[in-house]
Amino acid sequence: MDFSYTEEQQMLQDSVQKFVQKSYDFGTRNAILASDDGYSIENWQLFAELGWLTVPFSEADGGFGGSAVDLIVMMEEFGKANLVEPFMPTAILGGGLVAALGADTQKAELLPRVMDGSLQLACAYAESTSRFNLASVTTSAESEADSLVINGSKIAVLNGPGADKLLVVARESGATADNAGISVFLVDSESEGVSIQAYTNVDGKKAARIDFDSVTVPAAQRLGEAGGALAALQAVIDRAIVATSAEAVGALEALLQKTVEYSKTRKQFGTAIGTFQALQHRMADMFIECQLARSIVIMAAMKLDSSEGELEKTKSVSAAKSRVGRAIRKVGQEAIQIHGGIGMTEELDVGHLFKRVTAIDVMFGDADYHTERFASI
Amino acid sequence: MNADFTTEELAFQDEVRDFLESEFPAEFRAKLDVSQRLSKDELVRWQKILYQKGWAAPSWPEEYGGTGWTQIQRYIFATEMGLIGAPEPVAFGMKMVAPILMTFGSDEQKQRFLPDILESNVWWCQGYSEPNAGSDLASLKTTAMRDGDEYIVNGAKTWNTYGQYADWIFCLVRTDNTVKKQEGISFLLIDMKSPGITLKPIVLIDGHPEVNEVFFDDVRVPMGNLIGEENKGWTYAKLLLTHERSNIAGVPRGKRRLRALKRIAKDTDDGFGGNMLGNASFSNKLTDIEIQLQALEYSELRTLAALSVGKAPGPESSILKVVGTELAQEMDELFVDLAGYHCLPFVPEQFEDGFQGVQLGPGNSAAAALTYFNNRKLSIFGGSNEIQRNIISKHVLGL
Ligand SMILES: Cc1cc2nc3c(=O)[nH]c(=O)nc-3n(C[C@H](O)[C@H](O)[C@H](O)COP(=O)(O)OP(=O)(O)OC[C@H]3O[C@@H](n4cnc5c(N)ncnc54)[C@H](O)[C@@H]3O)c2cc1C
Ligand SMILES: Cc1cc2nc3c(=O)[nH]c(=O)nc-3n(C[C@H](O)[C@H](O)[C@H](O)COP(=O)(O)OP(=O)(O)OC[C@H]3O[C@@H](n4cnc5c(N)ncnc54)[C@H](O)[C@@H]3O)c2cc1C
Repeated sequence: MDFSYTEEQQMLQDSVQKFVQKSYDFGTRNAILASDDGYSIENWQLFAELGWLTVPFSEADGGFGGSAVDLIVMMEEFGKANLVEPFMPTAILGGGLVAALGADTQKAELLPRVMDGSLQLACAYAESTSRFNLASVTTSAESEADSLVINGSKIAVLNGPGADKLLVVARESGATADNAGISVFLVDSESEGVSIQAYTNVDGKKAARIDFDSVTVPAAQRLGEAGGALAALQAVIDRAIVATSAEAVGALEALLQKTVEYSKTRKQFGTAIGTFQALQHRMADMFIECQLARSIVIMAAMKLDSSEGELEKTKSVSAAKSRVGRAIRKVGQEAIQIHGGIGMTEELDVGHLFKRVTAIDVMFGDADYHTERFASI
Repeated sequence: MNADFTTEELAFQDEVRDFLESEFPAEFRAKLDVSQRLSKDELVRWQKILYQKGWAAPSWPEEYGGTGWTQIQRYIFATEMGLIGAPEPVAFGMKMVAPILMTFGSDEQKQRFLPDILESNVWWCQGYSEPNAGSDLASLKTTAMRDGDEYIVNGAKTWNTYGQYADWIFCLVRTDNTVKKQEGISFLLIDMKSPGITLKPIVLIDGHPEVNEVFFDDVRVPMGNLIGEENKGWTYAKLLLTHERSNIAGVPRGKRRLRALKRIAKDTDDGFGGNMLGNASFSNKLTDIEIQLQALEYSELRTLAALSVGKAPGPESSILKVVGTELAQEMDELFVDLAGYHCLPFVPEQFEDGFQGVQLGPGNSAAAALTYFNNRKLSIFGGSNEIQRNIISKHVLGL
């Protein structure tokens, strides 16, 4: 048994830490968020040069290796810095779907461009009434000669406004929540009939609601078998859940560390507030939450990299998301509370981390959803 | 032992209901339904409607134009207002500075300030907290130095709610540096238009600039604006604090939000063909809250009954603040739970007057996260919940 990082993982972590220290302070981050794109294209190019964009992909696909543990090493550091670049939607979700479902020609066309930083992707899966059930898909794709015609609406499409291409989950057959009948299509964002309503999320990231009005795509833009995409979609989302949970662990640790620091410097009643035992125990509990969250994310990542069966893997992913969700509420709320009024303001990074982890809690299903999913597997 | 209303009280309840049903403007209700804020003008308009009816100041004695109601009548009124969502008057004038004026102000001060509060002609804000005097309020440093028949005020206040709308600010200021910190504080009323006052908005994490920093730079304030005696301000302010915990529990608003949660849960798909009211995890949490709300309501009633027979509100009222605010925050979480992905868009404009864009998400779902963020303040202000627990351990349990 050994929980230490490999030399390569250590280097990856160092590389992210160095970048963050040098060029990603709170002010820089906010300036990036306030820009039109909502992320820094220069940073993105740098990520490509540093090889970070290859991390989610297997060696066979030209990547770094694609292990889930590699991914969490990196995501945790992203979380600490509250990094805003669209790594998750482009590399993990979009790139992940292409890698999982795409034919060799599709992979050869798209993956190198994801890894060299020249292609932005977004994955359109959630719908207004689907809640967190991936199989609940009403957006339809109907065959017409050699093409398919897509109709429907998608919500909460991360990186939707900036994506060159969309991976659209649509139903070719079956009833709304059937497992069979779901396909994934590669749709150009500029295609006729695609309308993108862009907005900013509570964590500052760009997202969109996207409507598809008789959007025609050639059958060749389908990824994988007709109607057979759900299992791969679930696996890609599972990986995204572990990655994003690791990001949350990093953010929660940052919240803990900032709260402890603040409690040592903030004086009331003639003494640092950190000397009040009422607050000390609460920070001790925050620490415990962070440690448990980190443990269960490591567990899930190790399971994903193991030879366990698919059910065992997906069950451990739900365990992680559920447990991390509870840590998010607890640590996030306590961080604000212990900061007092100043924690409620836009001026401090604490509030921004709180909003980011709150968004992560919702993404891909909240704690209650994953508790139920765990129980049902 | 009984918790029943008398026949007269029941008749009064009907009267209040009928009045609110017919007089609370429908367009205000419509705005609140979609989580839009009422503007200052609208709040003033509503306050004037209450004023016409003679109900502007439920907690004031009749001699000042108040209703002279019993504790129970006030409770009934607050409940009915809360249940339909009619806003209470902004508390700073009506509930905070007015009782101070009535108890410690001179006749001249009473005549000068109280009628305009009653009619909502003049808006007040509270200038207590400072950057380094939060929970430890008595350590405040803003000074008021005597100069002839004026004070010269220097310093900085912060977390000043709605200062941008206020005409006057009531402040705690330091008038003596040589004594124990509590004994050198005075209570001063300051015109916000005085030269030397500047406001700097603070944006909160929900994107709303609802608080301000207030800077005082050689601000001249007539001696006549001092309340009571110099250096007695702390005693005055503290007396008010224990008396103003009524309605802090927010039971009526809690009931209305509980109703909203049930309704929204029924309309929210669970993704598997059912709705969220049928979801066991969610409905257990909702039920826990409903039960907690009942325990809180009866705790409030017991406090009220004690007040009715003339007992002073004890430190037990800290219970109402702690439980009321934490329950409200738990409800915020449930709104977030229900909204799911729909709570993610950050579109604060969508809750402002005249918003023309496309509404994202069903109902008020896009307000859920913003409200969750904003309401973290509930356990911080008004004496943080840690401070309330300190009060209970010290003054109730004798620890
Ligand atoms: C949205 C908002 C609106 C406000 N509006 C107004 C207003 O209109 N006018 C006004 O004057 N003020 C206002 N306040 C200020 C509010 O009253 C203060 O924020 C509050 O008193 C806490 O002070 P602080 O923020 O400096 O936190 P601190 O006092 O620094 O507290 C930080 C943390 O330490 C804890 N703590 C402090 N002392 C102890 C102790 N002895 N034991 C255990 N824990 C302790 C606190 O509970 C808190 O968790 C507002 C605040 C907010 C957030
Ligand atoms: C100065 C001021 C500031 C305000 N700021 C805010 C604010 O920041 N955010 C805010 O929500 N309201 C805000 N309001 C509105 C106030 O909270 C309203 O009273 C309330 O939102 C709606 O009241 P209602 O009686 O119509 O209750 P209901 O419509 O029954 O709703 C009660 C609660 O349910 C929530 N809710 C309703 N529908 C949904 C839904 N589909 N999904 C999730 N939650 C839902 C509402 O936000 C509210 O908290 C503000 C009002 C004022 C005067």
